[in-house]
Amino acid sequence: MGFDIQTLPRQLSKLYSKNGYEPYTMSKFEEYALYLRNKDFLVSDRVLTFTDTDGKLMALKPDVTLSIIKNTRPSTGAIRKLFYQENVYRPGKSGQGFREIMQIGLECMGQVDAYCIFEVLRLAILSLRTISNACVLDISHMGLLSRALDEAGLSGKLRKMALAAISSKNLHELRELCSSKTLETMAVLCGKPAQVLPQLQALFPDAPELAELKILIAALESAGCADCINIDFSVVNDMQYYNGIVFRGFVEGVPEGVLSGGEYDGLMERMNRKEKAIGFALYPDLLERLMPPSKEEAPKALLLYSTDSPLEAVAQAVQKLAQQEIAVNAQPDTGNVSAAGCRVYRLEGKEVRYLGNDA
Amino acid sequence: MLNIALPKGRLGETVYETFAKAGFSCPALLEKSRKLTFENPQAGVRYFWVKPSDVAVYVERGAADIGVAGKDILLEYTPDVYELADLQVGKCRMAVAGFPQKYPSAQMLRVATKFPNIARTYYATQGRDIDIIHLNGSIEIAPILGLSDVIVDIVETGKTLKENGLEVLEEITPISARLIANKSSYKFKTQAIQTIVQAIQEKNL
Repeated sequence: MGFDIQTLPRQLSKLYSKNGYEPYTMSKFEEYALYLRNKDFLVSDRVLTFTDTDGKLMALKPDVTLSIIKNTRPSTGAIRKLFYQENVYRPGKSGQGFREIMQIGLECMGQVDAYCIFEVLRLAILSLRTISNACVLDISHMGLLSRALDEAGLSGKLRKMALAAISSKNLHELRELCSSKTLETMAVLCGKPAQVLPQLQALFPDAPELAELKILIAALESAGCADCINIDFSVVNDMQYYNGIVFRGFVEGVPEGVLSGGEYDGLMERMNRKEKAIGFALYPDLLERLMPPSKEEAPKALLLYSTDSPLEAVAQAVQKLAQQEIAVNAQPDTGNVSAAGCRVYRLEGKEVRYLGNDA
Repeated sequence: MLNIALPKGRLGETVYETFAKAGFSCPALLEKSRKLTFENPQAGVRYFWVKPSDVAVYVERGAADIGVAGKDILLEYTPDVYELADLQVGKCRMAVAGFPQKYPSAQMLRVATKFPNIARTYYATQGRDIDIIHLNGSIEIAPILGLSDVIVDIVETGKTLKENGLEVLEEITPISARLIANKSSYKFKTQAIQTIVQAIQEKNL
């Protein structure tokens, strides 16, 4: 079945609802202070702002997760499972001007456990498969990366630089920063779990994070997701916010990741919430290039009438054409009307004369 | 088939020689013609020449699976790509240059450059307030005519600077050509990209 961007939001809503997630809607804007406090969490620190009637500085939301955390009450028992389809406002890739970008995603907040993490990863994979079976979900673990950085004795600026080198698989610059065989291996290690996990086991024989990762991978493989899982430590998110599993989804034919997510207990803590959390977002606007060529549109009719044609005659001609054409566009014949892609008619007296295509 | 963006000019020709020695030749690439893309189906590669500063854009946006770009371009535009190898060619350095006796230590520094992001980042780490003057070429003339206090630019031999009485005042970072890859291509053409990277690294060692 071909991918259809028009029906994607509906298909994903159905998928998330079926798995117990509730739809969540929110306002288009928030107080700017929310984003200022957490600007490192945002993709860009440039935010569209305006002053509200009471003088408060507001912002068109550049991110959904922050709003959800701010606007939901702490969960008292059950894990809160929400999904959303919202527009966010961010600078475009070229940095020239803001863009309205659709984001579809889900969030789990509460006593997030191994099953919950598995469920979110599985839903991420199913979301990617809704788009195409030629997809990959890269999974990484910030806890393992953090452990390796600690072992290498890296902190502060050096730690950030090492993470940046790992995220771009830049082994040559990582080697200039430190001499950690573990980090060097992690920078280049990627592929199917069956190849990667034994190497990780040798690097981290007793790490609880690795044990967690192995259990998750095994569960995903049992759930029929083996073909599209990779372990890849180049998926790196800010350690202030993200702590455990992080992931990014790719679809063949789209030049960048279309889905990203992870565990963000750090963000919850910064926002004075005691719960754990995990979620992901998918960006449908990146998928436009996957759209099949649109079906040739049925020709439209262009009805030209002279400026002194009686209104009634024009109205009757439009009505008559509307019965036989898909769409009718009536325009005064100024000699300057584009007829591209149209079947062209002219109203002469009370008669409608066909002039031809693009005449 | 791997799409490979190479930078036009002397650096691109040197880099192509490395690819050819590694088993990914395409002799038509060096012939004079009006063709824009050059294929070697046996080696599974399609090359094309682009402006050096555009290579990263072609790779980031997926028009090329891999490409070769200077570290200066990668630092300036910070494209979201993998940087898989330092090819150890096109070596030079990004530096601050000017008249040593006219390097103000306290007041706002006027910096002429083609690389505003690199200059801004460098001086931000020093906590220094600067006024960026964005130029597109002939940067060395800016301090001579009093347009700027210093320049931030690529220095190869330093000969042009010396002939105009300018000196390298601070070195920002070494620069060389890097092999970069599109992140999504790396997921779906993993084997082909890893093979080419490995072959090139073996030839480069």
